[in-house]
Amino acid sequence: MQRTVEAASPGGTPSGGGDGAPLLELSGMTKSFSGVTVLEDVSFDVRAGEVHALLGENGAGKSTLIKIAAGVHRPDRGSIRIGGREVSFASPRDARAGGIAVVYQELLLFPELTVAENIFIGHGPRTAAGTLDWRRMRERARELLDDLDSQHLDVDARVGGLSVANRQRVEIAKALSQDARVLIMDEPTASLAEADVQQLIQIVRTLRQRGVGIAYVSHKLPEVFALADRVTVLRDGRLVGTEPIAAMDERKVVSMMVGRSIDQLFPKVPTRLGEVMLEARGVCHAGVVRDVSFQLRAGEILGIAGLVGSGRTELALTLFGLTPATSGEILVGGSPVAVTSPDQARELGIAYVPEDRGLQGLVKPQTIAENIAHTMLERLRRGFLVDRARETALARHFIEALGIRARGPGQVVGQLSGGNQQKVVLAKWLAIEPRILIMDEPTRGIDVGAKSEIHALMSKLASEGLAILMISSELPEVLGMSDRVLVMNGGRVVAEFDGSEATQEAVGQAMTLTHQRGAA
Amino acid sequence: MTAAEVARPPRPSLVSRTLEAYGQEIVVFAAIAVLFVVVGSVNPRFLSDSNLISIFSGNAYIAVAAIGMSLVIITGHIDVSVGSLIGALATIAGTLAVSGYPVWVAWVVPVLVGMAVNAMVGAVIAYVKIPSIVVTLGMLSILKGGLISLTGGAWITDMPPAFFIAQQRWFGIPSPIWFMVALTAVVALWMRHSPTARMFYAVGGNAEAARATGISPERTTVIAFTLHGLFAGIAALLFATQLQVIQSTVPPNLELTVITAAVIGGVSILGGTGTVVGSTLAAILFACIGSALVFLNVSAYWLKAVIGLLILATVLADMARRRRYRRI
Repeated sequence: MQRTVEAASPGGTPSGGGDGAPLLELSGMTKSFSGVTVLEDVSFDVRAGEVHALLGENGAGKSTLIKIAAGVHRPDRGSIRIGGREVSFASPRDARAGGIAVVYQELLLFPELTVAENIFIGHGPRTAAGTLDWRRMRERARELLDDLDSQHLDVDARVGGLSVANRQRVEIAKALSQDARVLIMDEPTASLAEADVQQLIQIVRTLRQRGVGIAYVSHKLPEVFALADRVTVLRDGRLVGTEPIAAMDERKVVSMMVGRSIDQLFPKVPTRLGEVMLEARGVCHAGVVRDVSFQLRAGEILGIAGLVGSGRTELALTLFGLTPATSGEILVGGSPVAVTSPDQARELGIAYVPEDRGLQGLVKPQTIAENIAHTMLERLRRGFLVDRARETALARHFIEALGIRARGPGQVVGQLSGGNQQKVVLAKWLAIEPRILIMDEPTRGIDVGAKSEIHALMSKLASEGLAILMISSELPEVLGMSDRVLVMNGGRVVAEFDGSEATQEAVGQAMTLTHQRGAA
Repeated sequence: MTAAEVARPPRPSLVSRTLEAYGQEIVVFAAIAVLFVVVGSVNPRFLSDSNLISIFSGNAYIAVAAIGMSLVIITGHIDVSVGSLIGALATIAGTLAVSGYPVWVAWVVPVLVGMAVNAMVGAVIAYVKIPSIVVTLGMLSILKGGLISLTGGAWITDMPPAFFIAQQRWFGIPSPIWFMVALTAVVALWMRHSPTARMFYAVGGNAEAARATGISPERTTVIAFTLHGLFAGIAALLFATQLQVIQSTVPPNLELTVITAAVIGGVSILGGTGTVVGSTLAAILFACIGSALVFLNVSAYWLKAVIGLLILATVLADMARRRRYRRI
C-alpha cells in the first residue's frame, strides 16, 4: 500500500522517519501496578500514514499501553523510540513534544471556553509583546478545522454547547495544532451515533493520507475493518499478535481477543410471544417525543434505532416516568396507567437500565450489595432496618446468576470493569422481577466478551417472558437482537420492521432519511 | 485499567478490608490514643479523671451537632448555619425556662423548632434547587442578625435548677457524655442498617442514579436536613444547660468546627461516604488537642493551625481514596 507522506500537519513539520523507521515504536513494554502485572513484554509500533488498530477486551492492557505512549505512565521495562531514536518520557509534555497526541474517550476540553481557545490552550500564538495573538489563534483554528472538513464549526462557539462529534473534532484539531505526527485515538466512536461515526472515519482517512500515524483503539470491529491497515490484539496484558488487516476476519479477531471463538456475536433464541405487556398510544413529551405508539409483548425484544437526538432516550425516560408524558396514554398489562415518577414505574414492574451507567445507573462508592438493594429498599425492609442477610443473599444470587466478576457482595462497584458494572445495574433491576425491561445502550463501552454475555442474558430473560425494549446506537446489535425494530427520527417513529426484514440499509436509511441533523 | 478483571481477584485480608472501609475512623482513633500517651507522659495531669471528663463533657454538644452535619454532608449537601441555629435554639430554650414554662417544654420546643427550621431549609434546597451553601449562608445571617436584634445581645440567667440537664450526672458520668455516646451508637447502627440511611448514601453518591432508581433526592434531602435539625436541637440543649448563663453568641466558627469534625471523621465533603462514629471521634480529637495544648503550655491559638493541617491532610486522604473508585 503506497501512500504519499507529506507534511504531517498544516503547521508544516517535515515528517521524520521517512526512511522506514516507525514514527513511534514501543518494544518490550512491561508495567505493573502495586505488584500486579498489567502489561508484559508488549510491542507496538505506528508507521507514517497508517492506521494501526489496537484491540483487546477491557483489562487487556490497551489503556496502559496508550498511557505509556502518552507519557502518563513510565514503563518498568522496555524502550520507546520516536523515528528510530530512543527516548524516555518523564511527563505527557515530553510525549507531546515528541509529536504524540492522544484523543481520550472522555474528551478533555474546557466547556466554558471557545473552540479556538480549546485548540490552543497552553500553546496559543503570541504577539511581539508576548500577549495572546487572538487573530492568529482564530485563523489557525479555522485552518485546522477546515482541514478536518469541519467548515461548519464556529471557532468562537462555546465548546460546552457542541455535540460529542464536534467536540471530538476540536480535540483532533488540538492534537494537530501541536504538530502531532502520531495520533492515538481511544475509543473515539464509543459515544457517537452511526452517521457521526461515518464522518469520523472519513476524517481519520484524511489524516492518514497526510502521513499521520494513527493508533486506533476500539471495541467496534466494523470500523476497525473499515479503517485499519494493521491490527494488534492484546489479551490479559500480553501481545496476542500483530497482523495486516487483509489476513484477518471478524471471527478471527474476536477469537484472538477473547481467547475462545464466539460462534455468534448476537445470540437470540426465537421465543413464543405472549400478551401485550406495554403499549404506548400517541405518547408525547414536550416536543422531543411526538405521538409515539407501539406495542411490546412478553418475550419480545423490541429494538429502537435512531440517531442521537432522535428521541429514543427521551422516549425511554418518558415511559419510565423520569420525564412524564405530556399527552398520550401508556398501558401496562392492558390497563391504562399514569407514570409520573420512576417510583411508580418500578411499582408497575418497569425497569430501566440507563444509557450512562456512571451517571444514572450506579452509586460508585457503594458496594455491589448496596447498589442492588437500591430498587429493593422497601421490600428488604424489616421494621426500621434493612434485612442485611437477605440483601447479601440477593447480591450473591446475582453475582452467580449474571457471572459478575467481583470479590464478593461487599466490593465497591467503582472498582469493577465496565461490563461487570453493567451487570450490577441489570441485577438491581432484575431484583424487582420486572415485567418490562427498558435497556438504553445495553452494551456501550464494554468489551466483546462481556457484550455477548449481556446479549445472551437478554435473550434468556426474553425467553422467560420478560418484555424488553432495547435502544441501541449499534445497528448490528439492534438487527441481531430484535424481534421487531422501530426507527425513530425527530421524536417520531418513522419506520417499523420485522426482525427478518430489517437490514442495515433499510434501517440506516430510515434513521437518516427525512432530515439532515444540523451541525453543532 | 487495573488487573481487577484479568482474573477473579483474590479476596483481600480482613485487615485490609477493615482498613479500606474504616480507615479514617481508625486513623482518628489512633491519633487520640497517641495524643493521650504523648501528652500524658509529658504532663500526667492531662490524664486525670477530672480533665478527661471536662474534655468530653464540655465538647459533647459539638459531637452531637456533627452527627447531624454528617447526615447532611453524606447526602451531598452542607450547612454553614448550624452554629447560629444552635445559638438561636439555646436562647429559645432559656427564654422558655425563665418565662415559667415547664422544664420539659423548654427542652422539647427548641428541638422541634430546629427540626422545623431545617426541614424548611432542606425543602428550599431540594425543591427550589438552590445550592445548600447559598441557602444556609442566608440562614446564617438571618439567624445571627435576628437573634442579636431580638435579644439585644443580653445574657439569659436565672433558669430554674431543673433546667440544667447538661449538669446532671447519671451513674457518676455527666449527661452530655451519655448523649454523645448513645446518639452516636444509635445513629451509627441506623446509618448502617436502615433503608432511609441507604438513601442518604445513594443520593450523596450519585443523585441522578438514585432518581433513576426511584429514590427521590428531594425527599431524601428534606429528611436529612430535618434529622440534622433534631441533632442541632439536642446540641443546643447541651450547650444551653452546661453553664449558668446562656449567651446569645455561640463560640465563633462553631459551624466550621462541626463541619470539620465530620470531614476529619471521614465523611467525604463530596457526599456519599462516611460514618458518624468518625465524626464523633474527630470531635473528641479536637477537644483533646485543645486541652493538650494547654497542658503542654502551648498557645491555644495553635489549635486553629493544627486543625487546619488536619483538614488538609484529611481532604488529601479522601481524594486518594476516591481515586481508587475511579477507573481509567
